[in-house]
Amino acid sequence: MRLSPSFNRSLWVFHFNSGSCNGCDIEIVAILTPRYDPERFGVRLVGSPKHADVLLVTGPVTHDMTSRLQRVYEQMPDPKVVMCIGTCGQSGGVFYDSYNLDGPVGEVIPVDVYVPGCPPRPEAIIDGVVKAIAKLERLEGESS
Amino acid sequence: MSEEAKKGYSVPIGPIHPALKEPILFTFQMNGEKVEKVDFAPGKAHRGIEWMGMRRNPVQIVHLTDRICGICGVSHTLAFSRAVEQVAEIEVPERAHYVRTIIAEYERIQSHLLWAGVAAHELGFDTLFYLAWRVREESLDVIEYLTGNRVNYGIVQVGGVRRDITADQFPRIEASLSYYEDLFGKMLTLFLEDTTIKMRSRNTGVMNQQEALELCAIGPTARASGLNMDVRQDSPYAAYGDVDVRAVMPEQYLGEARGDVYDRIVVRLLEVKQSIDIVRQCMDQMPAGEVTAEPKIPKLLALCKKAEGEAVGRVEAPRGECLHYVRMDGHEQPLAWKVKASTYSNQMSWLKILQGEQLADIPIIVASIDPCMSCTDRVTVLRDGRRDVLTKEELHRLSVEKTRRLQS
Repeated sequence: MRLSPSFNRSLWVFHFNSGSCNGCDIEIVAILTPRYDPERFGVRLVGSPKHADVLLVTGPVTHDMTSRLQRVYEQMPDPKVVMCIGTCGQSGGVFYDSYNLDGPVGEVIPVDVYVPGCPPRPEAIIDGVVKAIAKLERLEGESS
Repeated sequence: MSEEAKKGYSVPIGPIHPALKEPILFTFQMNGEKVEKVDFAPGKAHRGIEWMGMRRNPVQIVHLTDRICGICGVSHTLAFSRAVEQVAEIEVPERAHYVRTIIAEYERIQSHLLWAGVAAHELGFDTLFYLAWRVREESLDVIEYLTGNRVNYGIVQVGGVRRDITADQFPRIEASLSYYEDLFGKMLTLFLEDTTIKMRSRNTGVMNQQEALELCAIGPTARASGLNMDVRQDSPYAAYGDVDVRAVMPEQYLGEARGDVYDRIVVRLLEVKQSIDIVRQCMDQMPAGEVTAEPKIPKLLALCKKAEGEAVGRVEAPRGECLHYVRMDGHEQPLAWKVKASTYSNQMSWLKILQGEQLADIPIIVASIDPCMSCTDRVTVLRDGRRDVLTKEELHRLSVEKTRRLQS
């Protein structure tokens, strides 16, 4: 992919586990390690939502995590993009009839990019990040 | 120093924290840099899987058990299938046992390398973290080659496995095994000889043999404390009875077991080598034949539907023993299904191993038992003050009452 001139900074992502099975979480860590290495484009995981441009949400949002997810979302500075990784965040997936879910993610916070799969392949997550960059650029263009 | 400062303070960590990959809330009572008391509140990743399972049939549940945990999914599926197979008296073909063993051992390789990377990361040694995760990709490639999936393999089903491992796939497996064998010496040197890792992990988070026994620790955590236990050795399942498998103990490498974080690294790394040997033996001994007892799903369902009784399936997951209890009563859905994941037994050791340690050591000590909250999290229902958790005394009273009832 070619980065447009307006891509003026590195993309920092914050990972939020809302009760996932770890499948998507380890795939997210896997894409940040040498095989895929998106750090060459400046993409890296950060420890605080206040530093992040993109929020990666995995899991179907359990009851306990709803308020935390909303708080993390509010702590992120604008412009921000939310990515929902994995099928269970979109529809509940295999956990669709559980009693402890407040999800899907889209009902708790606004989601910009969905990456389906249980878990999605690393390539699919990277493709989602590329789409998130495009959206972020558009949001930045609108605000300036 | 003022009175206020002397009293100490409390540090909450979690449920969302960069050092924790999963949601769990720790509260540390600190005195200066020292941890005085630990409390933790799990349950954030509770999805009610057992409840959902009791509304589905065993063929559907295997997809649910795959997703109890994204790292040790095969162990859960295997334990559940073994329980159902015992209830329904389904005889698993010999070849399926071997395929299951090979997949389970590959899962152990990838899980232990994953853990080694995370441990290095928690120590601040990110170069090693990247290295461990790079070599881990090789095992994922083989798993994908054999099952079709990188994570949540979906290969084990009740009565056997979905796919066979054919002879033309052996060269690829062998290539990955020798890749790991060549790397093994290097990994041992990097992890065990390194001064930084030694300084940070030697004599940190110590749990001696007696404490491990009392806290019911299992798996590599228990073995690092000198408890010789491994389900593969103690009550073999799948093809483990045919292959040479003995519990990996830190004594074999160091001559003694101290039960600290370093010993846990030793045990897990040596188990990677053990897994390589087991896969080799399985490939050599693999018998010919079918890989599933009943390829037709409706027939399989009918078998499960007729089944009545209860059974326990035990499997040595990468993190320790994983136990599934299933009770069927002639319906499609199981009447009861109970999952005891390995971290459920291991998490209590946190209270011991974190005590008296420094704040900076918390991430590595928490990670040292290889916690997996998505396996573990559950709820306790409290209704009108009635409790479902019984203490030892209450159980004793119930037992005495029953004896009385039988006597009268």
